Amino acid sequence: MGTEMIANASTAAKAEILRRIRKANGITADIDSARAAWSQITREYRRAASQEHEAVLCLLEDRLRDYDAHVVRAQQVEISAAIAKVLAERGKHRIVIPAGIPVGWLPEGVEFVTDEGMTATELDGFDGILTASTVAIAETGTVVLQNVAGQGRRAVTLVPDYHLCIVQASDVVATVPEAMDRLNTTATLPTTFFSGPSATADIEMTRIKGVHGPRYLDVILVC
Amino acid sequence: MRVLERLGHEVDFPAGQTCCGQMHWNTGYQAEALPLVQRFVDQFHHAEVVVVPSSSCVAMMRDHYPKMAIEIGDAKLIADVEELVPRVYEFSEFLTRRLGLEDVGAYYPHRVTYHASCHGLRNLELGDGPLRLLKAVRGIDLVPLQGLEQCCGFGGTFAIKNAEVSSAMLSDKTTAVLNTGAEACTACDNSCLMHIQGALHRQRTGVKTVHLAEILASDEGDTR
Amino acid sequence: MSGVALDPKTSPIFPIAARTALGDAQMRKNVRHATDVIQSKRARVVGEMPDWQQLREAGKQIRQHTMEHLDFYLEQFEANCTRAGGIVHWARDAEEARQLVTSLVKASGSQEVIKIKSMTTEEIHLNDALEKAGIHAYETDLAELIIELGEDQPSHIVVPALHKNRQQIREVFQKKMNLPHLGETPQDLADAARTFLREKFLRIKTGVSGANFLIAETGGVCIVESEGNGRMCLTLPETLITIAGIDKVIPRFQDLEVLLQLLPRSATGERMNPYNSIWTGVTAGDGPRTFHVVLMDNARSGILADKESRQTLNCIRCGACQNVCPVYRQTGGQAYGSVYAGPIGAILTPQLQQMHYAQSLPFASSLCGACYEVCPVKINIPEVLIHLRNKAVEQKGLSGEALAMKMMAMIFQSERRFRAAQRLGRMAEAPLVRKDGRGVGWIGWLPGMLGGWTQVRDLQEMPKQTFRDWWEKRGKDGD
Repeated sequence: MGTEMIANASTAAKAEILRRIRKANGITADIDSARAAWSQITREYRRAASQEHEAVLCLLEDRLRDYDAHVVRAQQVEISAAIAKVLAERGKHRIVIPAGIPVGWLPEGVEFVTDEGMTATELDGFDGILTASTVAIAETGTVVLQNVAGQGRRAVTLVPDYHLCIVQASDVVATVPEAMDRLNTTATLPTTFFSGPSATADIEMTRIKGVHGPRYLDVILVC
Repeated sequence: MRVLERLGHEVDFPAGQTCCGQMHWNTGYQAEALPLVQRFVDQFHHAEVVVVPSSSCVAMMRDHYPKMAIEIGDAKLIADVEELVPRVYEFSEFLTRRLGLEDVGAYYPHRVTYHASCHGLRNLELGDGPLRLLKAVRGIDLVPLQGLEQCCGFGGTFAIKNAEVSSAMLSDKTTAVLNTGAEACTACDNSCLMHIQGALHRQRTGVKTVHLAEILASDEGDTR
Repeated sequence: MSGVALDPKTSPIFPIAARTALGDAQMRKNVRHATDVIQSKRARVVGEMPDWQQLREAGKQIRQHTMEHLDFYLEQFEANCTRAGGIVHWARDAEEARQLVTSLVKASGSQEVIKIKSMTTEEIHLNDALEKAGIHAYETDLAELIIELGEDQPSHIVVPALHKNRQQIREVFQKKMNLPHLGETPQDLADAARTFLREKFLRIKTGVSGANFLIAETGGVCIVESEGNGRMCLTLPETLITIAGIDKVIPRFQDLEVLLQLLPRSATGERMNPYNSIWTGVTAGDGPRTFHVVLMDNARSGILADKESRQTLNCIRCGACQNVCPVYRQTGGQAYGSVYAGPIGAILTPQLQQMHYAQSLPFASSLCGACYEVCPVKINIPEVLIHLRNKAVEQKGLSGEALAMKMMAMIFQSERRFRAAQRLGRMAEAPLVRKDGRGVGWIGWLPGMLGGWTQVRDLQEMPKQTFRDWWEKRGKDGD
């Protein structure tokens, strides 16, 4: 099937499928009816948790650790020192960074290389990746990355075996609905949620760390 | 019957009653089940309260009769069902929810374990009502059943159509019952009990099944 | 390629397949263990949520609303995805979808594809079709890899290799990855899979995926996963082909706030699965340069037309109903003869075959209701099962069973006939009854259809005096 034939077949299929759906539903839905009905959906679940922000931060730390991430706290001015310490403890020396990481974060004594469209094989040669983050969800122990300055494209946080992620306390929310509210305006950016390091439970339902994504995850929570 | 009369209720058993139609409905013979709705209304419409000693029959009436009446399309029947069904109670439910009772003055000096029938547990949401009734029975040694919420594998015609899977489920249930060391297994549904009893008897275990109502009806005068 | 595909058109009826499954003690032990673990994890993380029931209700309403406006949301998705650089295709049935994907892979210039676990591609047996066209598909999900290398078939919609234990998996990997000294801890096995697949991720230029959610409002696609193999397939290739049932669309980005809470907790008992990816069309410098979406009907619009069973389409494929189902827990998934096993399979599979095949599946349930209780979008599976049983009975027409059922219905409609039947029942059973030591009669053998009962169960004889007789005598005697 050539490209044109694919397109023609698809057009006929689309018309047929939509016809079947409209017949099944007995109506042709439009934007107004959809909007009106959508706003009627009962949403009585919690939007925000009731705890103080410090309790939310503690919950995030707890939940991240529960999924095998290593978490430390640091003051804004200590970020560089904290990064140096964590990387030294891990024995990581060659780190890839996305464009837009503040220069002030980067300690001496570690080689940081900015990603400018490296191949996956090149990324595979690094000890790890350092990024910032967009939002973190305490209840689920989740950090969200988007393709913006300091977080980069999706592959850079995927191929290297180690990820060091900086989370600002002001970006930490308690619940999933709060996080989705914050993400709503940038919803079309490539987005990755991660909750702990890569894991699988495919063998006897035992959660084990690390299959294809980074097997080691450190988080510095900046307060 | 004895429990209800002991509590001072006037009890009637309309002679024309037959079956709620659950077997037909659940096996895919819905047309055959439909006339039984009218029959139920005819037989019971005069009662203040209808007490049914089988949780699955009550679930059938509560979950399906209203829509069956709509399917039949008889306005009078729809109204009658709507009016009658809220007055239908499963036996233990009648005691705990309608009468607010736990102790009905029963005496049953045996080791007993309780199986929660699926319809009682999930459709009627009986919760711990039956267990509270049992706890109040004098002389009883009530022992918890591992996996009490697990289906015994009866499922009406399922036990015939998928006899082997049903047997495997039943085997888990009887193992759990035997592990309790109980002399008797009780429940709010005779169909589960008939099923469990079938295996307990075949295996010559000596463990019997008794309906909750039989336990609650027992008193010091009984020798069983 | 893997062994005989799970095809409802050729699979034995459930009671026959179940018999074979019940004889496999090791498999049953594995399934029991895995479903026990997953259920207790689920119970723990669902118990943490004070608003779980409110989330379920919202999830149900979102899915129901989507189906009622499905034509609009599909077109909205298409428009927004296209605007963002994606190419949307439509396929009426499995054959069209297979042809489309095969052509798209060929057009990408690749002879190999890397795949993310996708029930939709399993449903249409895509890998076989690709193989026939000379294209090799590498499954990258650990469980799918175990199935593929072991020439096996999936048995669960979330954890397809749940019927295998670690020793069995090790054997497959030792043989197929040529690793004679491989250890048997889950960590050893996962590491072996990482090494085996990494080269493929870095080399192969075309990826094939399913989708968890298509977001109409933005044209975005959301995939949830654990291992990162999904991210590899979504991010590293030059061409990505996503195939999704038309039921996978959701109205708005905000709706994810409900579904991303319900799905992970129900599926794997995690507060959130390790990775969720959301992308919209093509983004310069981030991920594939060519992105196709195939929207497939394959009988779904027919399900939509059945007002009693259309709720089947609300399913978000979490597998919680399988883990809790006492039938599935005895037989495992393969007895269902379909890639969709367990309670959801028992309602979905026959409908995907327009009720022409898999008619035994709606009967493969004791209607215990545990599936409905755990369903995150409140699909009333027992209700749909009963509805499909009725359809199956109507299709089958007159049979011995139907005649017996009709006769019993006649009996139940008349007090006189009911009394006569009770007397007749006592007479008919008399030759089968054997007395025990206490004088109670028991039946240990029943003929024909009813024989299943007496394989492992006895049946107590009907009472000499029915309750009805006792009641009437008592009235006369003035008791």
